Amino acid sequence: MLADKDRIFTNVYGFQPWTLDAAIMRGDWDDTKGLMARGQDALIDAVKASGLRGRGGAGFPTGTKWSFMPKEPKADRPNFLVINADESEPGSCKDREIIRHDPHKLIEGALIAGYAMRARAAYIYIRGEYIREAEVLFAAVAEAYAKGLIGRNASGSGYDFDVFVHRGAGAYICGEETAMLESLEGKKGQPRLKPPFPAGAGLYGCPTTVNNVESIAVVPTILRRSPEWFASFGAENNRGTKLFQISGHVNKPCVVEEAMSITFRELIETHCGGIRGGWDNLLAVIPGGSSVPLVPAAEIMDCPMDFDGLKKVGSGLGTAAVIVMDKSTDIVRAISRLSYFYKHESCGQCTPCREGTGWMWRVMERMRTGDADISEIDTLYQVTKQVEGHTICALGDAAAWPIQGLIKHFRPEMERRITEKRGGGLSPMMEAAE
Amino acid sequence: MPIVKVDGVEIEVPAGATVLQACELAGKEIPRFCYHERLSIAGNCRMCLVEVKPGPPKPQASCALPAADKQEIFTNSPMVKNAREGVMEFLLINHPLDCPICDQGGECDLQDQSVAYGRGTSRYDENKRAVTEKYMGPIVKTVMTRCIQCTRCIRFAEEVAGVEEIGAIGRGENMQIVSYLEHAVTSELSGNVVDLCPVGALTSKPYAFEARPWELKKTLTIDVMDAVGTNIRLDSRGRQVLRALPRINEDVNEEWASDKTRHAVDGLVRRRLDKPYIRKDGRLTEASWDAAFLAISQVDAGASVAAVAGDLVDCETMYATKALLGSFGSTLLEGRQTGMDYDTSSLAAVNFNTTIAGTEKADVILIVGSNVRWEAPLVNTRIRKAIKKGAKVFAIGPETELTYKVEWLGADLGVLGALPEAVTEAFAKAERPMVIVGGAGLKVLGAALALVPSLGLLKDAASTGSGQGWNGFNVLHMAASRMGGLMLGYAQKGGIADLVAAKPKLAFFLGADEVDFGAFADTFKVYIGHHGDKGAAAADVVLPAASYAEKSGTYVNLEGRVQRGERAVFPPGDAREDWTILRALSGVLGKTLPFDTIEELRAAMAVDTPALGTLGLATFDWAPPALDAAAAGEIAGYPIKDFYLTNAICRASPTMQRCSAELVHGQEFAEAAE
Repeated sequence: MLADKDRIFTNVYGFQPWTLDAAIMRGDWDDTKGLMARGQDALIDAVKASGLRGRGGAGFPTGTKWSFMPKEPKADRPNFLVINADESEPGSCKDREIIRHDPHKLIEGALIAGYAMRARAAYIYIRGEYIREAEVLFAAVAEAYAKGLIGRNASGSGYDFDVFVHRGAGAYICGEETAMLESLEGKKGQPRLKPPFPAGAGLYGCPTTVNNVESIAVVPTILRRSPEWFASFGAENNRGTKLFQISGHVNKPCVVEEAMSITFRELIETHCGGIRGGWDNLLAVIPGGSSVPLVPAAEIMDCPMDFDGLKKVGSGLGTAAVIVMDKSTDIVRAISRLSYFYKHESCGQCTPCREGTGWMWRVMERMRTGDADISEIDTLYQVTKQVEGHTICALGDAAAWPIQGLIKHFRPEMERRITEKRGGGLSPMMEAAE
Repeated sequence: MPIVKVDGVEIEVPAGATVLQACELAGKEIPRFCYHERLSIAGNCRMCLVEVKPGPPKPQASCALPAADKQEIFTNSPMVKNAREGVMEFLLINHPLDCPICDQGGECDLQDQSVAYGRGTSRYDENKRAVTEKYMGPIVKTVMTRCIQCTRCIRFAEEVAGVEEIGAIGRGENMQIVSYLEHAVTSELSGNVVDLCPVGALTSKPYAFEARPWELKKTLTIDVMDAVGTNIRLDSRGRQVLRALPRINEDVNEEWASDKTRHAVDGLVRRRLDKPYIRKDGRLTEASWDAAFLAISQVDAGASVAAVAGDLVDCETMYATKALLGSFGSTLLEGRQTGMDYDTSSLAAVNFNTTIAGTEKADVILIVGSNVRWEAPLVNTRIRKAIKKGAKVFAIGPETELTYKVEWLGADLGVLGALPEAVTEAFAKAERPMVIVGGAGLKVLGAALALVPSLGLLKDAASTGSGQGWNGFNVLHMAASRMGGLMLGYAQKGGIADLVAAKPKLAFFLGADEVDFGAFADTFKVYIGHHGDKGAAAADVVLPAASYAEKSGTYVNLEGRVQRGERAVFPPGDAREDWTILRALSGVLGKTLPFDTIEELRAAMAVDTPALGTLGLATFDWAPPALDAAAAGEIAGYPIKDFYLTNAICRASPTMQRCSAELVHGQEFAEAAE
């Protein structure tokens, strides 16, 4: 179990106020000027040394991402930092806790990260449904401006840096980095073609880095406590601490900060009071938010919860939104509901996702009731393969993977429903009257 | 320049080319729906997927991927085949497959590509999506259930037409293409989205359910609705022209055509003159050709004979008339019906010297008295292209919406003599400056010509760096017959007023309908034309002739490009081709013209005006006349009051009347539910 002294998010449960005074008491904004004085390249090197991988799902090394930004931005093409707070993945709720209880960690992180990548300003794109959270964030940014922590000569460092908060309008796809840039520019939130990548031409055509809230919020603490401290947690290549969000059939669902690479069993036993009905009652787990394939009970139990460990069992860490399902779950219905979500949230720009998500959901609904043919399971699998990898952004992949996971692990269950619907056994042979 | 390997064949491609272009250079066909050469890249149909190495282990959209050195591209690997079949299947699951009742049938990209790249059967058993109809105006018919969301129409409206009135609402399966608030699209280029639409979602409303493409005879000809000389193809069945489509000509119209070009053709079968008429007791009565010719021959005119050419006539007609008048010893020829009298002693001074295609390269443009959007929509699109490359546009005249950002300098022409500093500075810095003088600016041609030295519109080959000189002085004409007419001498010093002053005893009006006929009260007026419009109503004898679709004719567009069109259909009733009428009449008048075939006529015309004998851009020597450079007066309005009703064919066309009522005069049209 992660010791209390090693927690980055010390107010994640909101036991203390979120305000600037309280945040300073917790150690935020402490000698930010001094941190910045280490120099931009030193900051990027420190983040690289910490082994921090992006917390938004893809797990790209954060320091490396920052190093793609131009070292000497042109006057008419400034660098921008965009912070992705459009947390809409079913199961994820970590950014929400950071923003409503510890917003200054994010704002300070924005300043330091922005300074390191020579950005002129940071745009925080917050999910539309996060109304109270947006209120807190607006107030926290105003507090920081009033104290001179950001804005002109931010924190006395001599660097000018603005932070803008932008509210989304409730589209899941705007959490995709290029769709977010489109949305920020006031256009329809649809992903852009890559290349060009945002680091070359992003927001308003300027070099841009898009980072998750958690990736940015942990940066000040990493710099204060040293990259080596951060790298002391977790397995090789999966360093640091992470906010896990456990929901579903556990006794005490929670958001908790833990070291990476903790096993699933330890995570649940330590923080969630175990599985509802005991470990024998566990059916399957979706370990990283709705987009990753599910993992059946036997494979997940002692699996380390990190990028590489979950990849080995055919899934992924994603945002570490752990959805636990016990044996009372109608697993086909659960996945069908996810399919509906992706059908609803597809932006409609490119063909395979626009047409495929609807098709997959409709077939899944029939799978749920068993009103299908066994051969349709294979058709469904082929359709998911026709969507996966053929789309502009990863939403197509995200819609395909849960179904692929279901077919891989629960095909007997799907076949059982179809056979039962037919009254057991094969459909009667029709004989022509003579 | 990168060298790539397409299906094992090495090929060198231009720098900046996409993988799709590289494949095309290698002779490989890449299916596509959303990609279009003249629009921005959307990359959303996913039909052009190819396998590229090095790269991720999944197929890539070739339309958006830059071709890089040492790339290996596979267009027929199993991965590509599967990807195409998959995308095709997805496109078809929600497509109604109502090809038998779809107007796109036979020229549908979706049909063709599903045959070539599809699987043959569908595995989709669910209900198909249906989409409510949308309203896009009098030109574009919508069946949005057929839409495959390629967004070509959106991109065309925004990028080429310059009206942001088509867009997508909703997301996922529910994404729909709509016009803004379901109003008619207010672009004079809206018909082009019909050609762009790869399926039958947007089809031509006037042409709905008229014909199948394979029934149509296709004739290549030249449009006469404006002076651009749009290259078109007339599709006809029997004796009727059913539609006009643009042909590709990079120098003239690229592949666009204005709505007037496309849809005025239904005016070709209405209000037609199909019999000769003679005025008896103040009324026009039907007559035979012989009687009509006899009536003309009874006018004892001597040399007191004049001719006025209308806006739509071809050079052959004008030349035959000129020859006929010449045999009587008269040169009273005029084509500028509305009374303009600008100096025509040097044709270069009234030509569009920069050329239409050259307009794209301009970096500063000054428009003097022209609503370019209505006078020449396809020149306007070129100006838009120049602006996209960074050009700056100033304009003198009443402010009007030209679809791009214009710095208006007021309607007072006096400003020509003292241009603001911003203008002179911009021109001083410009490498390829342009001045466009339109219909409302021609009365101060002298002042405009004075800008040539003062703004430095002429650049020699050395300073442009392109190996060619640059002439930035341009006059924008509006009539298809204008440049040809000026070349043939259809211009008097004082304009049509000189004709009036000469009080001719006999005058020929060649499809001229915009003339003030009251001024010719004492003249015996012969109207040779195809529509019963103002000219026929005022005439003493009406001789029915052929429209542009019914004769082979030579036309010179506003940049001096000599082009020739062919005959698509035969003229109706007793109507005859214009030159044959004049030839027959010349015999009755005892002055037989020396040509019996159109080839002989053209040979004679080429002797008279050599430039008309060669197709292509005619060159005029730059020798501007010394004119009074004073400029004064206010531009009260532009010559074209109603874009859709500028000539007799348009005025007879129900589609153009509807466009005028709805788009210019704001009339509402209720649509019956189907």
